[in-house]
Amino acid sequence: MGLMRIDLLSRRRLLQSASALVAATALPAWSRAQEAKGGGRLVVAADSEPKNLNPAIIASNGVFFIASKVVEPLAEASYTAPGGLAPRLATAWDGSADGLSVTFRLRDGVKWHDGKDFTSADVAYSAMNVWKPLQNLGRVVFANLQAVDTPDPLTAVFRFSKPTPLQLIRNALPAVSSVIPRHVFEGTDIAKNPANLNLVGTGPFRFAEYRPGEYYRLTRNADYWGKDEPKLDEIIYRILPDRAGAAAALEAEEIHLAAFSAVPLSDLDRISKVPGIQVITKGYEALTYQLVVEINHRRKELSDLKVRQAIAHAINRKFVIDTIFVGYATASTGPVPKNAPEFYDPEVASYPFDTRKANALLDEAGYPKGTDGVRFSLKLRPAPYFNETKQFGYYLRQALAAIGIEATLVNADAAAHQVAVYTDHDFDLAVGPPVFRGDPAISTTILVQSGLPSGVPFSNQGGYENKALDAVIAKAAETIDAEARTELYRQFQKIVAADLPLINVAEWGFITVARDTVLNVPDNPRWAVSNWADTALRS
Amino acid sequence: MTAALRLIRRRLATSIPVLLIVIVLTFVLLEFSSGDAVDAYLVSIGGGDPAVAANLRHAYGLDQSHLARLWLYLSSLARLDLGWSVAFERPVADLIVERLPNTLLLMGSATALAFGLGTSFGIVAGARPESATDRVISTVSLILYAIPGFWLGLVLNIVFAVKLRWLPSAGLETIASGRTGWARMLDIAMHLALPVGTLAAIYMALFMRVMRASMAEVWRLDFVTFARAKGLSHRRIVLRHVARNALLPLVTMLGLQSAAMLGGSVVIESIFAIPGFGRLAQEAVTQRDTPLLLGIILTSAVLVIVVNLLLDLVYALLDPRLQPSDRSA
Repeated sequence: MGLMRIDLLSRRRLLQSASALVAATALPAWSRAQEAKGGGRLVVAADSEPKNLNPAIIASNGVFFIASKVVEPLAEASYTAPGGLAPRLATAWDGSADGLSVTFRLRDGVKWHDGKDFTSADVAYSAMNVWKPLQNLGRVVFANLQAVDTPDPLTAVFRFSKPTPLQLIRNALPAVSSVIPRHVFEGTDIAKNPANLNLVGTGPFRFAEYRPGEYYRLTRNADYWGKDEPKLDEIIYRILPDRAGAAAALEAEEIHLAAFSAVPLSDLDRISKVPGIQVITKGYEALTYQLVVEINHRRKELSDLKVRQAIAHAINRKFVIDTIFVGYATASTGPVPKNAPEFYDPEVASYPFDTRKANALLDEAGYPKGTDGVRFSLKLRPAPYFNETKQFGYYLRQALAAIGIEATLVNADAAAHQVAVYTDHDFDLAVGPPVFRGDPAISTTILVQSGLPSGVPFSNQGGYENKALDAVIAKAAETIDAEARTELYRQFQKIVAADLPLINVAEWGFITVARDTVLNVPDNPRWAVSNWADTALRS
Repeated sequence: MTAALRLIRRRLATSIPVLLIVIVLTFVLLEFSSGDAVDAYLVSIGGGDPAVAANLRHAYGLDQSHLARLWLYLSSLARLDLGWSVAFERPVADLIVERLPNTLLLMGSATALAFGLGTSFGIVAGARPESATDRVISTVSLILYAIPGFWLGLVLNIVFAVKLRWLPSAGLETIASGRTGWARMLDIAMHLALPVGTLAAIYMALFMRVMRASMAEVWRLDFVTFARAKGLSHRRIVLRHVARNALLPLVTMLGLQSAAMLGGSVVIESIFAIPGFGRLAQEAVTQRDTPLLLGIILTSAVLVIVVNLLLDLVYALLDPRLQPSDRSA
């Protein structure tokens, strides 16, 4: 993403980062020495307080942001490690040729925060009792997990009832494999265990304190397995619900860092000029969000491909990116983002901005403009989760008006939007922000696959049905060979881009704004939700 | 004082149906808003399948009928049990006990400051109506009143916390500082200075305008003319005769304002990150947490009733001509 972003960054910023790079390579000894001192309290902004902080149950970014420092996964996404996956609690993984088992070698000498040894029994317990039955993503990824064998304390063998691609498991590991201690959870009601808040893990930081509405406090785990890690003594998550408040707290040097675009995009240009503050776009590559127009195919007009093509041609992606995202996004070509190079296929049908062509397509489809210039009317529901989804709603209404489609905007809060779109199907077009989670099978194919029950958020609730596409999705789900599986997902992208079950408009990662005293900030593509073991403060 | 006791007894009797109406209306409003606690929760965790949703609905009791749930709530309320918050997974009473003092501190200080400043400026302005001083005070206070609270809060924050760095930008106290006693109180006072100042600046205008108008009325009364004829100094007439008699409507205002400020603090609590009642109410609504919202509204309603009762008693003390039972809140 760094490369991709270059055209969007100002020359000044590019020069800055280039000189920073030079400095980093020229003065390694100096910077090491600075880091080695270590210690200190890092204060970061948090905007939500999840009621359940257990990442083994709730695999969401809001939970990981805090919990990933305490509870670790088997492996973490990486810029440099082979296959983009760095070992954490597992040191090696291997799939059988028939796709019916995956063997994990586990790290030796790891201790839980309460002093007990970490063993394969903990992994087996987490997988069978939590990830598979309870976890929002694990229920999909581990649907066919039958048993986890533990031949010795450092080996865990996952056995599947149906062939399960190692590629999928590998890609899912960072998000779905947080290991929790069996001795704390076994024999209790897992959902009500106090350790869901007072976390016990193996990570570089221990959970110390939670003051509702004020802060979470994590302290250094002196027995952490990582050599000379963690660098920090303490991390404080300060609850700052107001986004303007987060920016002010950064400027007043009351906090060091605000992740997940807590500082609004419109404020970035100004704050990047404040001395001592850096704006960081790296570190979210594996958490790419997509701006998508969801379509209700039950509407007669929208079930016509020509109409969907017309809408795709009516959207000026450059305007959306430059104006709504202030340059901090890229145009989408299809359902897989460019940040997933393993799967991404640029050779798909494209829909350049062309109002004349859009109008012609609508005429061809048999929807001529009436005397008032309107062809037909639609109900448009933008998701309320991000400023950008709401703003794109306003833009889309204008863009549709230019091709004679009158859209009525319906804004609602999160719960109401969720019911209207994903349960009641009370929409014609909706604007949604789905997440690409490293593999299309985790949360992407569900956006276009048919036969899903209603009430599933962030899934195909537009009544779209394409047997050929369903077949590709089903085949990929059980294809063991990574190359063949990748090829199927290339086909998947081509079909989606050609038939437009939904329209992919843009894709974006979040922005971190930090004081320049915070070191090693974006050192992996899931940085904000990784363990921060080598994050340090310059004294 | 028997009149006062009678008033208290009567108020308590009438407030029970009021509270009941408040509860039922809030419940109905929340039931008619689309989406429930499970929908809100699924959005916050990024999705989930129908089995997860059904299990959660069962666990929260959301699969029961509206009437059954209203009845369940009312019957547990009769046992003084405020219920269980589904958004926070904690008893509602605990949350309220935890957050209410923060809001009372914020609101109480702001109301006291607004009342004190507003009354003083009102007296200065009302001492010589239409004078230059009066014009300046009236204009400035009206401008402050017209400014949206969130904007004033942000601007004051930028000036005093970000640029000048005199005051902390957010929070109720320095995080994990280990301060105790006076040091802690001073720390809290420093943190509250900006939010209290913002709220007071906005609401000051109301007290100031009422005081000024009320004084203008008193100036026209015969006893003021008499005081003048006696040769009393202007200062003495203003303070002892006019202002004192003009103070009564302000007490009524104080009662109305205390209710308004409970609501007004939602915005200020968010900007200054104060874990108070307003933010809790906002979260209860977005999370569709019916028991929590009912608990908050019930507590607020009780507070307003109590404040108005106290003010009525004060009113009777200030003006013996009025019997407490003559007024209705």
